[in-house]
Amino acid sequence: MSLLEQQSPGVVMTPDNIRTRKLPVVTNVLVAVAAFVVAAAVVLVPGIGNWVLVVVLGWVFYLIGLSVVAGRIEGRRAARNRTMKSLIYSACILAILPLASVVWTLVSKGVARLDGNFFGTSMNNIGARDPEGGAYHAIIGTLEQVGIATLMAVPLGVLGAIYLVEYGRGKFAGTVRFFVDVMTGIPSIVAGLFILSFWVLIVSPWFNNGQPRFSGFAASLALAVLMLPTIVRSTEEMLRLVPGPLREGSYALGVPQWKTILSVVLPTALPGIVTGVMLAVARAAGETAPVLLVAGGAAAINFDPFAGNQQSLSLFVYQQAGDASRYAPDRAWTAALTLVALVLVLTVAAKLLARRNKLSR
Amino acid sequence: MGDYPSRSVNATAGDLGVTPRHAQGAGYGSSPSNHDEPPLGGGGALPKKARFSIEAGFRGLSTASGAMVLVIIVAIAVFLISKAVPALQANTGDFFTQFEWAPNEANPSFGIAALAFGTVLSSVIALIVAVPIALGIALFLSHYAPKRLATPLGFVIDLLAAVPSVVFGLWGRDVFQEPVRDFSIWLNKYFSWIPLFGGDGPFGQSIMLGGLVLAIMVLPIVTSLSREVFQQTPGMNEEAALALGATRWEMIRTAVLPYGKPGVIAAVMLGLGRALGETIALALTLSVAFDISFNLIENGGNSVAANIANSFAEANDTGRGALIASGLVLFAITLVVNMTARAIIYRRREFRDSAA
Repeated sequence: MSLLEQQSPGVVMTPDNIRTRKLPVVTNVLVAVAAFVVAAAVVLVPGIGNWVLVVVLGWVFYLIGLSVVAGRIEGRRAARNRTMKSLIYSACILAILPLASVVWTLVSKGVARLDGNFFGTSMNNIGARDPEGGAYHAIIGTLEQVGIATLMAVPLGVLGAIYLVEYGRGKFAGTVRFFVDVMTGIPSIVAGLFILSFWVLIVSPWFNNGQPRFSGFAASLALAVLMLPTIVRSTEEMLRLVPGPLREGSYALGVPQWKTILSVVLPTALPGIVTGVMLAVARAAGETAPVLLVAGGAAAINFDPFAGNQQSLSLFVYQQAGDASRYAPDRAWTAALTLVALVLVLTVAAKLLARRNKLSR
Repeated sequence: MGDYPSRSVNATAGDLGVTPRHAQGAGYGSSPSNHDEPPLGGGGALPKKARFSIEAGFRGLSTASGAMVLVIIVAIAVFLISKAVPALQANTGDFFTQFEWAPNEANPSFGIAALAFGTVLSSVIALIVAVPIALGIALFLSHYAPKRLATPLGFVIDLLAAVPSVVFGLWGRDVFQEPVRDFSIWLNKYFSWIPLFGGDGPFGQSIMLGGLVLAIMVLPIVTSLSREVFQQTPGMNEEAALALGATRWEMIRTAVLPYGKPGVIAAVMLGLGRALGETIALALTLSVAFDISFNLIENGGNSVAANIANSFAEANDTGRGALIASGLVLFAITLVVNMTARAIIYRRREFRDSAA
């Protein structure tokens, strides 16, 4: 409406009056300065807060003032547009602050124990007053547990995806697809409890003279339960991207379907599948709760994933965080940095691989 | 399983009598999509479909793998129930109304109410804080930022979604607790007349800290999901709105948001599912309490998952069963939330496919 109101009838349109007036940058800055001065006066004079409140209140005043001033100059709709834009930009800044703080803390506190001793020793015989001690056993545990989980989840997940794409028709396939999606959202602690009640309390006593036993393998099972739906979903999406004519060409040469899938479809989709698997592995490596419930954690090195407690890197972080020793926080942060580095390397590699993938959209 | 190295060569040569092994071949000569019908044409030269073939074996194997997902979901429910029932029978209190967690005593008594309340309250706080900000970032990435900035920023958001929760928990306890405590004291000083911010302290390790840490964790997930939805808005809708003279915000309100609404709802529900099941971040940031209190800033608060992590070490048989029972409740809640979210997405997908 404002655009129409500003053109008085009978005036010939010229480039000067065809556009609505823009808010001058100077006015914008003036509003900002005024807002922060008012905020400082309101906050600091009665002494109800510190500079944080000044910034927050100043920002609120600026947004209000901007919408009022812009509304007078540019019209209601343009002012609204401007206010929403400012809100969206402030949302970005607001979110970046804590996330940047996480990254900064991780790096600055994590380098404290980033030495050979940390990566070469376990926590065996490390008392509360010893500054040494490391995460060697935890790294071993993470690698073994995630490795075994990958070995179990990848064939199952890829075959499941092949079923959904190549064979699955009708209601049953729809149900499977729906529950794969639902399973993606199962909390990791529930997967841990499932393996606890199934493997640790019921199956493991058979192998251990009737005594339930924690093991790294149980953690692998729980991680595999968590990885499976992710792998099925990503593989399914990749298999769907394989062009139909490739399959048809193979069929036309008389190759049966199973061989077409194994020698034509899978190799074509392989880079995408590997990307999905790496993302799933990165997720699994960071899981703490299931390992806590079924592997138990340990202070000593245990290479055998099938017998006895095992540590993992994320569980090491959690346990050191709860440790009263004054050297424990350093160990926790360095282990957290190691864990994040591991996860990020996997994730970045997966994303770069996905970018080079010819199949991706 | 046998291997047939030169199948295609044999197929074109057609010398089937020479290698009788091929007569048993897998789905040989039949069109791959309909296995039950006899092969068309070819007279008697083409072999009959074998009863036990590699084709059928492979098909069965992959079907079994697909069905494994259903088996696992059912098995989760079955095993959790089987371990929870004995503990529930030993419970002397009411599982749904008791405000304590003492399953390791001689007369075990435990109730889920306070835990479930804490879980829901912290998740709701997380969503109230995270969703508007996440939608703002998603809109920024999809419609405001220049492409040179949007691509790396989106990449960073995706990376942050991969950071393990234990790291966020550690950060929340060691770093974020200080500012939250200061803020809580300030809130308490000036707003203690609002019951949410009342109490006499100590402050800091409160449900607000837990909720805010959860919000920071949920933020990347909701952002990246809703960004994808916003980017899928048909360009024609946007251009039509702009051509009618809409400002950029009006274009977003009339074209992007209505189109993305189901996707955003689903993203929020998935974020909710993640927040409900979050364990370690809350175990590190909350200080344990067993009551239902709307006070956000006083030390206290608990959640189902955090309680499992915290009390698992000293749990006896009944205690373990009690924790499994609480896990079962969590499983049921997240199952409902996730199924609702997925149902919304699926309805949406059909809608889009039919419209296309």
